[in-house]
Amino acid sequence: MNNPQLDADGNLKHLLSIEGLPKRILNQILDTAESFVGVAEREVKKVPLLRGKTVCNLFFENSTRTRTTFEIAAKRLSADVISLNVSTSSQSKGETILDTVDNLIAMHADMFVVRHGQSGAAHLIAKHVPAHIHVVNAGDGRHSHPTQGLLDVFTIRKYKPELHNLRIAIVGDVLHSRVARSEIHALTTLGVPEIRVIAPKTLLPTQVEKLGVHVFHDMEQGLKDVDVVMMLRLQNERMSGAMLPSSQEYFKTYGLTQDKLKLAKPDAIVMHPGPMNRGVEIDSTVADGKQSVILPQVTYGIAIRMAVMAILAGGNSSTSSPAGAAA
Amino acid sequence: MAKNHSNVTVSELPSAEELLKVLAQKITPLLQENTALVGIHSGGVWLLERLLVLLQDPIQKYHIEHGTLDVSFYRDDYSQRGLKAENRPSQISFEVENKHIILIDDVFYTGRTTRAAMNELFDYGRPASISLAALVDRGGRELPIAPQVVAANITLEASQRLQLIQLADESLALALNQHDSART
Repeated sequence: MNNPQLDADGNLKHLLSIEGLPKRILNQILDTAESFVGVAEREVKKVPLLRGKTVCNLFFENSTRTRTTFEIAAKRLSADVISLNVSTSSQSKGETILDTVDNLIAMHADMFVVRHGQSGAAHLIAKHVPAHIHVVNAGDGRHSHPTQGLLDVFTIRKYKPELHNLRIAIVGDVLHSRVARSEIHALTTLGVPEIRVIAPKTLLPTQVEKLGVHVFHDMEQGLKDVDVVMMLRLQNERMSGAMLPSSQEYFKTYGLTQDKLKLAKPDAIVMHPGPMNRGVEIDSTVADGKQSVILPQVTYGIAIRMAVMAILAGGNSSTSSPAGAAA
Repeated sequence: MAKNHSNVTVSELPSAEELLKVLAQKITPLLQENTALVGIHSGGVWLLERLLVLLQDPIQKYHIEHGTLDVSFYRDDYSQRGLKAENRPSQISFEVENKHIILIDDVFYTGRTTRAAMNELFDYGRPASISLAALVDRGGRELPIAPQVVAANITLEASQRLQLIQLADESLALALNQHDSART
């Protein structure tokens, strides 16, 4: 199988989606991120790995938080970072994207971080660029957002290291979420035995059971004894037509409140990818409560993005070499 | 102790456990108030763990702190070789500022690991001094860096690779391999 994300030696070349990443690579990213967490706590919050490299954040769609964390991550690796907000033109998008990319390659960019409203944009760029240039997908349409998925898995592993014993519930707009699918895939690959999705039928993709998840339409049943509650954002801007009666109605049935959280295990953690709609999918007392790890997710997101970029940018001129002991 | 001939064979290797005792003796006079011991992954960390026991009296007396470094993010061969698949978080939980730091490494070779370790230490603060204690100096330095303390000098061919390994009973041993690209 030709996997555009891996080179001939099986090393990570581009990060486009979690699907297609072997367990070995997932663990490599998570373990490397572990080492980067400490960097932020030091006097000098920088390591010299990407010194002299240029990272281009190519954002065809706005996402301040994702762009900021990628920028910070690249800067902590000592890269030079350029962030471009490219507005999508209506005609011949494909051509425009590749022209933009070609121009940046002519300026000696080494890595592209790509955010685009359309699925497959990052794949398109990855296919186009020469071998020494790396592409990271920072979200493409409804399709994929691999670093978000990875940072969520990393956060779960931080608080609940025994993945083999976990029961995880993903709650909300699975249909429009670009992370839910990747996450289900990653968590299954890493051995999480039970993943539940809790949502109204209208916010679930058809045949969601085929991903190996248990489907619930009722919070009371679905949250019972779970270790992790992952709330999804109600994607108002992606919502077309009347899939839901109203946001108040949604909050009543699917919003996470303290009372509903009590059904989960007492030490369960609450996650949310942000930005939150307080009072729609999550109550403020939960979002700011003791069990919430929503802000640590943001912090870990930087370590994950550093890990991905550091793994991608290294070893360009190499064939595989023996694991070296310190000399 | 110094064996100055090349192509050392496995049977000629000294016992790492004996060398460890020599290293501990030689480090003792360097210990003072404000000293900190820092092991470099992975061999240096195993040595550090053993030294913490062997040197426990002076360590308690002077309140000597310790930490570990994984220099993966500071290596000068990153752009050729990339990141090693396995790397461990560096753990320096003490204040580096104004400390006399003794780096502990297993095999001193090119000096590049030491350079990387020094660069990383400076990102934690400005130490008063840094010295290096290595179990073995195998010759072949490529930088103006040398250990202050070594337990043994063993001169090896570039094609030979000397490694400290930890055995199942946690005792330490030296291992010698033949390698096409032994330089790390």
